[in-house]
Amino acid sequence: MDPKDGSSTKPAWAEEFSVYASEDAYVQRRQFTKFLVLTSAGMVAGQAWIWLKSVAAAPRTEWPEAVVARASDIAPGTVRFFKYPSETEPCILVRRTNGELVAFSQKCTHLSCAVYYAAERDRLECPCHEGYFSASNGRVLQGPPPRPLPRVRIEQRGDDVVALGIIEGEGE
Amino acid sequence: MRTTSNPARRRRRVAIDAVMVLVILVLVVQMWLLTASLESYLAGHHAVAVPALLSSLALFAICGFLYRLVLRIDRLQDPDDAGRSAAMPGPWRVSSDVGRPPS
Repeated sequence: MDPKDGSSTKPAWAEEFSVYASEDAYVQRRQFTKFLVLTSAGMVAGQAWIWLKSVAAAPRTEWPEAVVARASDIAPGTVRFFKYPSETEPCILVRRTNGELVAFSQKCTHLSCAVYYAAERDRLECPCHEGYFSASNGRVLQGPPPRPLPRVRIEQRGDDVVALGIIEGEGE
Repeated sequence: MRTTSNPARRRRRVAIDAVMVLVILVLVVQMWLLTASLESYLAGHHAVAVPALLSSLALFAICGFLYRLVLRIDRLQDPDDAGRSAAMPGPWRVSSDVGRPPS
């Protein structure tokens, strides 16, 4: 186009690859802003994915009952390991020093390391990043874990300790 | 590379800088929102997902609006362009002769 006729004076390539430093900086900033807007769209896609997962994963209401240990086998301050509700879900059954029986998922809520029971301090500890959980309700006491340990609901029937379900992400 | 002190061009740069900062701020909020809602989802609190999605959509709309502002700034005619283009020597000259076969 002729500059004299008052219409656009530059073709697209001249806009994008200017010989002027300030113009070039402008184009770079505009392209970066465009990239940021696309990243924003990616965030929305991530949120949509979480929403779809929430819709698809209806909260589980039916849990199997399973005998996981014999109460008389567990002395105060000791533990038993078991798998519940499936073979890929390790759990830990703890007889606390005060005699109470409690059970939790053994996977740390930070990065899924196996937690162990520290009887002398009466808490569950993750050795990977020093995350500590309360032995009474699984609440986080210290460290990077963002959520409490999922608690396994148990019931003592005679000498049997029976697992009845899992309470996700809440202490008492 | 040449530099310019053209005020119109300087204004465009200030505008794009402002838009960029705002978009970055919105993006930081969106990232926090995504992290928080993922954390809630993993904790079993599924009710957070819908409001988080709507909030993220609203923030994306703000980003889109800001980007449209950038495009509007782009379309603003630089009053200096015509003179500059005419003054450009050789292949940088932009005129109706470009692309036309020699007569």
